[in-house]
Formats: sequence, C-alpha cells, structure tokens
Amino acid sequence: MQATPAPAADVPLIEVRHIKRYFGAKDKPVRAVDDVSFAIRRGETLGLVGESGSGKSTIGRTVLRLLECTAGQVLYRGEDIGTLSAEHMRKLRSKLQIIFQDPYASLNPKMRISAILGEALATHGLHQGKGEQDKRIAELLDTVGLRPEQASRFPHEFSGGQRQRIGVARALAVEPEFIVADEPLSALDVSIQSQVINLLADLRERLNLTMLFISHDLDVVEYLCDRVVVLYLGRVMEVAPTAELFERPLHPYTQALLAASPKPDPLIENVAVPLKGDIPSPMAPPSGCVFRTRCPHAVEACAQTLPPLDEISPGRFSACIRKDLLIAAAA
Amino acid sequence: MSTSLQASAEQPRLVVRNLSTSFPTEDGLVRSVADVSFMIHPGKTTALVGESGSGKSVTSLTLMRLLAKTANARVSGEAHFVTREGRTVDLLALSDREMRSLRGNQLAMIFQEPMTSLNPVITIGEQIAESVRLHKGLDHGAALAQAKRMLDLVEIPASAQRLHEYPHQLSGGMRQRVMIALAMACDPTLLIADEPTTALDVTIQAQILVLMRRLQAETGMSILFITHNLGVVAHHANDVVVLYAGRVVEHAPVRPLFGAPEHPYTQGLLACLPGKAHAAGQPRPKRLFAIRGQVSSPLSPPPGCAFEPRCDQAQSLCTQAMPALVDTSASRQARCVRVPAAVIAKAA
Repeated sequence: MQATPAPAADVPLIEVRHIKRYFGAKDKPVRAVDDVSFAIRRGETLGLVGESGSGKSTIGRTVLRLLECTAGQVLYRGEDIGTLSAEHMRKLRSKLQIIFQDPYASLNPKMRISAILGEALATHGLHQGKGEQDKRIAELLDTVGLRPEQASRFPHEFSGGQRQRIGVARALAVEPEFIVADEPLSALDVSIQSQVINLLADLRERLNLTMLFISHDLDVVEYLCDRVVVLYLGRVMEVAPTAELFERPLHPYTQALLAASPKPDPLIENVAVPLKGDIPSPMAPPSGCVFRTRCPHAVEACAQTLPPLDEISPGRFSACIRKDLLIAAAA
Repeated sequence: MSTSLQASAEQPRLVVRNLSTSFPTEDGLVRSVADVSFMIHPGKTTALVGESGSGKSVTSLTLMRLLAKTANARVSGEAHFVTREGRTVDLLALSDREMRSLRGNQLAMIFQEPMTSLNPVITIGEQIAESVRLHKGLDHGAALAQAKRMLDLVEIPASAQRLHEYPHQLSGGMRQRVMIALAMACDPTLLIADEPTTALDVTIQAQILVLMRRLQAETGMSILFITHNLGVVAHHANDVVVLYAGRVVEHAPVRPLFGAPEHPYTQGLLACLPGKAHAAGQPRPKRLFAIRGQVSSPLSPPPGCAFEPRCDQAQSLCTQAMPALVDTSASRQARCVRVPAAVIAKAA
C-alpha cells in the first residue's frame, strides 16, 4: 500500500482505494466493507483473512466488479475500472477471473464440462473453431490434472475436489492475469485440499499469476500467500508480509485469531484465553475501533477515535492506537 | 476389540464392538461403517477422525439410534453403555422406548448445524425445558428455571431474556451454546459431538471448545468428538480413532498418534497439512505432500485394503485381502500389513 502516487513502472496490477460496500437500507445499512485499501503487485499472492462479517468475500467480488462499490475505486493497472462501459468491462474480464468456494454450486449441472469450458472460450472469442476449442479444453483439463476424455461428462459425475479443479480450469481458460480465489478449499476434504493447493501454486508459478486468496484457514494462507491483509467487520486491522505476520502479529485481533487456531500438534501448548463475546453485527459496528468490544487491550480512547492504518515499519501496517503495546512487546 | 488391550483401572463408559451399518441402495449395499470398535472412559474425550465417506457421522447416528427408519439400515455389533445407575446396556439392542429414556438424558448429542438442529418455531427456553420435563419430571416453572441455569452454565449473557427468544435471533456461536445447554440439561454422562465447531468462526470455535472442556472437567462426562479438524483433535482429544472408508485404520492416544502415526493414511493426512508443512522459521516447501486420488466409491471397494489405491507404501499383499486391525502396542492399533502386531504380555 502506498501513501504517495507510484511511478508508472511500479503501478500495482490491482489496487483498491477506500472502497466501501454497503447493503440494504440507507439509514441503517449492513456495512460489509467499510473503507478498505490495499494494492497487489504483479506476481504477488495477497491473502485476505477474516471471520464472518469481515467483508473478505464482498471485497473479492468488488475487485472484479461482480459487485459495485458504494464508494471508492478499484484500479487495474492504474485505471479505474468502475468507470468502464459494460462492453469494455467484458473484454477486461478475460484478464480477471474467479474461483468460487462451492464446487457443487459453481458449475452448471446441465452443462457438460466441454460446454462449460467452451462457453468461457467463446465469450472471449478465444480458440475459435471446434478443433481449436477441443484442443484447448483438453489442454486445460490436463493442466489441472484431469483426463481430456472427461470433458464429455457432467459435473455430478465428479467429486468435490475434481469439480474444484474444473473451476480452476474455467478460470484459466481465458488466460487471466489475476485470479480471485474465494475460499477455494473450504468445501474440500483435507487430503484433497493439499492437491488443490499444489495445483494453484504450480499454476501461479508457470503462468505468472497474481492472486487474491480469500480464506479463513490461516495455515493455508501462511503457506500460499506473500502478504496478508487481516479484516474485521469490514475494516483492515493489519497488513504484513506473511512470515512476519505469523511470527509477530502486531494487532490484538490478529494475535487473537492466531492464538485461536489450533495447530495440529499436541505438543504445542494452546494456552491462550479465547476472545469473549460475539462478532458485532455489521449493521451496528462499534464506534471508534470496531474491534474494541472484544479487545483485551481496549481503553476509553478506542471508542472515540477510528484508528488509522499506520505503517509501523516498512510494509507492516496496523490499525491500533495502543502503540505502547508495540514498544512493550519489542522490549 | 482385542482383549489384550491394557485393562483400564476404571471401567469404560462406552464400549463399541464390531459395529457395522449398511444401507441397501438401488446400486447395491453400501457399507458405511464396517467392524468399528473403540471405547471411551469416564471424563475422557475420544476423537473419531475421518474425511468424506469415512463413516464417522453414520457411526454416531447408529449409536444414538437416530438413523432414519426409511434408510432401512442394517446394523450389527454391540455398544455397551454404563448408565448412571451402574447398569450396562447394549444401546443397539434396547427397545425404542428404553432408548428414548436415555437419549437427550444420559446420552446427549450436539450437531454441526445448530440452526437446523434447533426447532425454529419454539423458544429456546421451551426447547430446553421440554427435555427437562420429559426426563426429570419437573413441572413447567421448575423446568424453565433449569433452562435458565443451563444458559448460564454455557455463559450466554442475559439468559433470562434469551429464554424467550427464538433460534434465529441468535448468532451461530450462541446457537451452538444453546445446543450444548440443551445437551447438558439432564446431566449426560456421554456427549456425542458431531463436528460441533466446523460451522463456526475460529474465535468462536475457541470459546466453544474451552466451554466443552470446562463442562467435562466439572461433570466428568465422556465426549465422543467427531471431526476432520486435526488441530482440534491435537488439543482436545485424549484418544484418537482414525476412520477410512468405514473402518478403523488406526487407534492411538493423541500424542503418539501425532508423534508417530503408524498407518499410511494417518501419516499422509498429517503430512499434507499446511500447518505441518514446515517448522517455524524454516522456508516453506515448494510442494505440499498430497495423498493421490480420492476415496473409492463404497459401491466398488478395492479388493483388499481400502486405502491401497492411494497408498505409496502398498505391496502386492495389500490387494489380496483387507488387513486385520491388530494391536501394535498396549494402547495402539493399526490396520496395515506393514505394521507388525505386538506381542502384548497379558496382565497377571
């Protein structure tokens, strides 16, 4: 994230600036996304983590203009995509793709795989002609570890993991630069998750993809992402390079989130006291810092000021007024 | 269950022996659970771990006799449960009436989806009170008072008000607490928790797990914890039973299981977790370990070991017959030809 305008050569591939997305009534809206900014460099995988109501899925959709922003801008290669015409946006979509969470709901059950992938190609006028199209479909299925003969089957004939691979193939079909992966592993068994993680990591490297990886599974985020944005109730709590975030989380919410995720090792003591209370409703977020109602370090001032997202050290941002905690931790 | 397993000083609360559940379908007989045996001791938690098709949920539903009658399940085996009065009963052999008097009373169950497990048109207070009236014979006023005590027990704030609220008015975490309150209302000695935190956010999951542990410490109840989340198992189970394609493939206390898994499936499962991919401070590996393929259809099981098609350590012997579940130490079992059976000296 940059405070000053970047020179052309360093223009991030994707940038969101102060985006907001509200739903429902104007007087008491659901503030799903409430002033979020971040940038993603070409080739980077940015993780978006958060729990229910964090806004992470909504952000994923707003970045692709599957949802319009209530306020703010989404920039692709420095250009505001919110102002583009429908025609222009459609052409751009071949560059910006998405992999959905639910492999059972995201494939049309009445279409064969060849038709699903073919539709993606036809929409963008790629690999025209039956021979060309079939060749490309076979290539795509091979890329995701499926057999070309399976193109003539229907989604219900595949397992969850296989359907997710088809979802990946569909996203890749149009040769995108940027992929939003919205909880792509959550519906899969653990032993299948690692297959899909490997697939995504391989493809990312081979095709030089830029990714926005949305997940609530911190272990997967730690493995796949270069940088992480931690969200709570529609706002950014912390941003950091992955290793640093997990080694030394600065924000109390990040600390609580990491402490609450049990590591699969009985020898690592899990002594942290869980956060009290529930996640507040996005329709009635607390005043000041939205996390203050559950924060073990909250003070009076937290209710009065919205903590700015400050750069604590290069690349590390935290939205918390308790700077004294950072000094104490470093001591 | 092998008799050479070390006899516990305390009598187990539940002993499951050779449990099998099959469902006749259009395409053939589906053996969801085959020959499953394990035991749970008072005050302890046994985790039943498995992925899709492992049979873990069917196991719990079979034990609670909650399988739909229309499923025409064929159940065999025994499930010996020691009641509060000291009698040992076979849950699978009880009459419907006897089972009803145990279920929701000494034997409680909490499910994954609290929204669909709670009655949406009855207030929370009434749902808990109903159970208390039925099993404890209290009158309406006393039952409602007990319901409030239960809500306090599970740390639901403003419990007096919540008694009159409906499930949809509560958050997911609160609803799960209500489920637990409902389960605890009649002092169960065995709680079956089927993926109780899977649908919850991480920070809420942590609260619920701490709550369950506290309740267990206070009441001495046993917990059968069904989950696919190995992180939860590592910190909340004493004993782990790993299921694959309806059978027990490994059984061990939690630390030895994680420290030295014996069955290739357990080894694979632990190895493919990104949380275990690398030690802290070390660079992450380029590829995660992955178990190739997926579980076979229950309608066309492999000829020998169910895991053989996916196993990197498979031998020709593995396709010939289903390996037996053998004791590999006094407290461990594994179903694999590669793991030698131990000769356990019988206690004098």
